[in-house]
Amino acid sequence: MDIKKDLPQIFEEFSEARRNGFIAAKAFKDQNRPMIGTFCTFMPQELPLAMGAATVSLCATSDETVGEAEKDLPRNLCPLIKSSYGFGKTDKCPYFFFSDMVVGETTCDGKKKMFELMGEYKPVHVMQLPNNPTTQEAHDMWKAEIIKLKEELETQFNTTIDDESVRKSINLKNRERQALKDFYALGKLNPPAISGGDILKVLYGSTFKFDREETILEVNALTAKVMQEYEAGQKLEKKPRILITGCPIGGVTEKVVKAIEDNGATVVFYENCMGAKAVEDLVDETTADVYDALAEKYLKIGCSCMSPNDNRFKLLDRAIGEYQVDAVVDVILQACHTYAIETMNVKRFVNDKKEIPYISVETDYSTSDIGQLNTRMAAFIEML
Amino acid sequence: MLSIGIDSGSSTTKGVLFDGERIIEKVILPTGANPKRTMNEIYNTLKKDRDVYTVTTGYGRGLLEFSNKQVTEITCHGKGAAFLHQGIGAVIDIGGQDSKVILLDRDQNIKDFLMNDKCAAGTGRFVEVIMRILHQDLCDLDQYVVNASPVKISSMCTVFAESEVISLLAQDHSGDAIAKGVISSICDRTAIFAKRLPLEGTVFFSGGLAQFMAMRSELEGKLGLEVVTHELAQYVGAVGAAVIGFKKIK
Repeated sequence: MDIKKDLPQIFEEFSEARRNGFIAAKAFKDQNRPMIGTFCTFMPQELPLAMGAATVSLCATSDETVGEAEKDLPRNLCPLIKSSYGFGKTDKCPYFFFSDMVVGETTCDGKKKMFELMGEYKPVHVMQLPNNPTTQEAHDMWKAEIIKLKEELETQFNTTIDDESVRKSINLKNRERQALKDFYALGKLNPPAISGGDILKVLYGSTFKFDREETILEVNALTAKVMQEYEAGQKLEKKPRILITGCPIGGVTEKVVKAIEDNGATVVFYENCMGAKAVEDLVDETTADVYDALAEKYLKIGCSCMSPNDNRFKLLDRAIGEYQVDAVVDVILQACHTYAIETMNVKRFVNDKKEIPYISVETDYSTSDIGQLNTRMAAFIEML
Repeated sequence: MLSIGIDSGSSTTKGVLFDGERIIEKVILPTGANPKRTMNEIYNTLKKDRDVYTVTTGYGRGLLEFSNKQVTEITCHGKGAAFLHQGIGAVIDIGGQDSKVILLDRDQNIKDFLMNDKCAAGTGRFVEVIMRILHQDLCDLDQYVVNASPVKISSMCTVFAESEVISLLAQDHSGDAIAKGVISSICDRTAIFAKRLPLEGTVFFSGGLAQFMAMRSELEGKLGLEVVTHELAQYVGAVGAAVIGFKKIK
């Protein structure tokens, strides 16, 4: 694929993918193909893809429906949960509207109890996620849960999902992961080729495109174009290099990225779910049983809901070196207990083992803390 | 050439004029509803017809058009405190609407910091509100509580504490014991917050509350570390800004 457009225009198109995606979603639905709404990277997208369905993330990122959600949910709950529930309840999210089925996981307490209530508005299938990813029992349980999801999909949509088609969709998802990995690996360039804001636009936007093959080509072409322009001398100014970890960001929480980049630093790597967390490891295509392969990959996701959560630290360790990271910013959504508590170990790891500065910031989906965020980020960057 | 440092805080705006060795002039004004005008007023008072380099800090740091550089209050407080009292290990600042803890390394560079900017609990505003309910002048705090034994204040929310204080008064507790209780609870909270960072050595206490001996000794007790301050403690952000500014001139 050859891209004729300029880079800023391409980045804008990715950033508008969510807004424009509902037209694509409708076109997809008009072909009489099912759409599966997902909340979390633990959901094995390979299964819906294997039956010709599309998947779309329903994790909401704005405070538009928080008020409506708070009629049913407590106020001091994570904004992602409140907002997602609110969009489901009010039917304001076209993706929720188009979803024939919603798949959730028992990641955190807030989400699993919220899904019980959400079930009143939409068919919700909840996968039981084990907490300790290191044991054989956890692997077996998660494998059984993945097979249960397959059977549920087969029943709901009156179809069969055979191993061969799962194998094909594993290959497709792996190629998509590789394309995204190659793209965000542009962050290794020093001086940088593109801003962290633009990296996020592509990572986030790519989840709202439904023709996977097309997206792979598009992302690969974009990576090639950025490299080509970089080699021709299109480089950004050298600045302190920041790694973002923690809760999912996207939508309104891009305010954190903006606060970092407006105050003299550049984001080179996203360790959180919208970034590398679920993309970095591929599914092993040589494993004999496709469900073993899927269970193994998905249980390795270094989410703070896991205990122990060594995989998060392994990825941080590698990325801090490979991306020449100068400092780490840990983004915590208000009332996200697992990420908030894990800040202690992440701080120790970053400060003591990697010997670079660390800061954690707590935020929500409002814009009321932009002033404080700016002060905090500016002060942190002045320290570097 | 001289440098000016202006710290536009939530309650007061502070400005100093610095010749590279000493603070030669200082001004403090209530920030009021128009922080930009207040900053301009301080700038004009200090500048006169001098040739100056100006650094601004605090919430309103972006408002002064003559500002040559804007630096956050974290960096300025660290630099200012290190200038006023050499060899300190940390700074605790209790401001009008937030509190912060800044950790310095051996070279007096900022190593880490924490900020509590979510609410007015445990800040200068809290003491101000309580003293107003007690019909006491904030300046007389030290004298007022000198012989008092503290009543326990359980609520740390400025709004709720106000009603708690009113009910304590209704239970016939004396005003000075309540004020002492408020000091004790603020210091308690500040010490717990500060100890999230590995504090060592001498702690410099800044912000409007640092001028009160009662606050200082209470904090010293709760931290178990030596707490010092300086007559210019309320100006520490502005001093830091001026120190940074003077380095730019050189």
